[in-house]
Amino acid sequence: MPDLGKYAEAVLSSYAVSLALLIVLVWLSLRRSAKVAKQLEDVEQKARKNG
Amino acid sequence: MSLNSLWQYANPKKFIQTTEKVLPLFSVLAVVCLVVGLVWGFFFTPDDYRQGSTVKIIYLHVPSALMAINVWLMMLVTSLIWIVRRHHVSALAARAAAPIGAVMTVIALATGAIWGQPMWGTWWAWDPRLTSFLILFLFYLGYIALWEAIENDDTAADLTSILCLVGSVFALLSRYAVNFWNQGLHQGASLSLDKEENVADVFYFPLLVCIAGFVLLFVALVLLRTRTEIRARRMRALLARERMG
Amino acid sequence: MIALLTRDLKLAMRAGGGFGLGLAFFLIVVTLVPFGVGPQSGLLSKIAPGILWLGALLACLLSLDRIFALDWEDGSLDLLATSPLPMEGIVTVKALAHWLTTGLPLVLAAPLFGLLLSLPPTGYAPLVLSLLLGTPALSVIGTFGAALTVGLKRGGLLLSLLVLPLYVPTLIFGAEMARRGVEGQDTTTPLLMLAGITCGTIALLPFASAAVLKVNLR
Repeated sequence: MPDLGKYAEAVLSSYAVSLALLIVLVWLSLRRSAKVAKQLEDVEQKARKNG
Repeated sequence: MSLNSLWQYANPKKFIQTTEKVLPLFSVLAVVCLVVGLVWGFFFTPDDYRQGSTVKIIYLHVPSALMAINVWLMMLVTSLIWIVRRHHVSALAARAAAPIGAVMTVIALATGAIWGQPMWGTWWAWDPRLTSFLILFLFYLGYIALWEAIENDDTAADLTSILCLVGSVFALLSRYAVNFWNQGLHQGASLSLDKEENVADVFYFPLLVCIAGFVLLFVALVLLRTRTEIRARRMRALLARERMG
Repeated sequence: MIALLTRDLKLAMRAGGGFGLGLAFFLIVVTLVPFGVGPQSGLLSKIAPGILWLGALLACLLSLDRIFALDWEDGSLDLLATSPLPMEGIVTVKALAHWLTTGLPLVLAAPLFGLLLSLPPTGYAPLVLSLLLGTPALSVIGTFGAALTVGLKRGGLLLSLLVLPLYVPTLIFGAEMARRGVEGQDTTTPLLMLAGITCGTIALLPFASAAVLKVNLR
């Protein structure tokens, strides 16, 4: 851990905020991707059965 | 690859197949670059003699600010492609990119505020750069809200791409208007082709790695989200057909 | 086209919305501001140009969704679209009607409201001039926003979100000109910029609005 001096709070909080935002963005994208892929699978299967 | 063959990726199926293969590559590269750049920047660079350790915020602030603007440019280009050639993938890519751009803008604003507090003694100043970013964020919000509000996919694509064009002109106008309106605290460009102005080399190289990381992360996320949008669109079409039949 | 303009103006008069509502809203904003910031006339005269500009902008915003909403509901917008008039012309006339019913009254009433906010005597001419130059741009930009959201059920809030960022340049130069007028500085630069923005939006934006309206009527 490097010595951040009196600005430790600022540096650490900006890293925390940014990384948290990025992780949330990635997580939401992945979750929605999985959800939509699964839904599409279901719909396509149903369509195949009916058609 | 010639420019002609670029259009083959406008086919949604082809796009899904190709990105299936390249997406993991981009994801891995993005993570590697981000980890290397941030660790290098955070642990192995010296403090600035004036700004102390706060200079480490640059590794997040500059790349995110760069991306915030360039994501909008990418949306402008894909919107134009949609208007001219009407490739669905293009419109959906713009839709997929907008939330990423908005998050980048928030990161740039948040790290800027945290950085500004010790350096300028204030979280927020109505400085031209800060103000323009706030306005850019509003543009992103409006663009995303318009996509969400319209049910018909093609209508939404048309309307949002025109909004993107008009918005680009006004965003540029606002930038100059804001410059005129108030002189700022913010320093000039950290990166430019004019080497004199640049930050010192010690900070420069890890910064480049971080920027590469952000760009790669953006590419990976856009590919992933565009795939999602393509699938969502196909699903809506299938459901609509089912209801009809 | 003139028939369309007179029809729109008549409708706005009859509904009582156009002239009355915007002005009343402007008056309320001007009345509420001293309650918010205190009655000292020194402070009020300092912020008066900004408040008057903001009030005009919000009053404009308030009436935007009416530009196309009525015609959309009763189907006359479809009729207009199939008429020989070009869509760009229709959009321009709509914007002009909006300006005549909300923008122009605001410009004319602004000196009166300036009085309420103890605007210094030197400030009146630049304020009125800046509003006269700037409000047409507000109407034209607003028409674009209204065209974007015309088919939506809950378009009002979205309309503000879309239009307000587009108002930024106009507001900056307009308020800057009024402020410089109050302080007795040279107003040429913001005046030229404001006039440029207004001319540019009037010349170009109707094409975008028309394209958007065509998409919405598809």
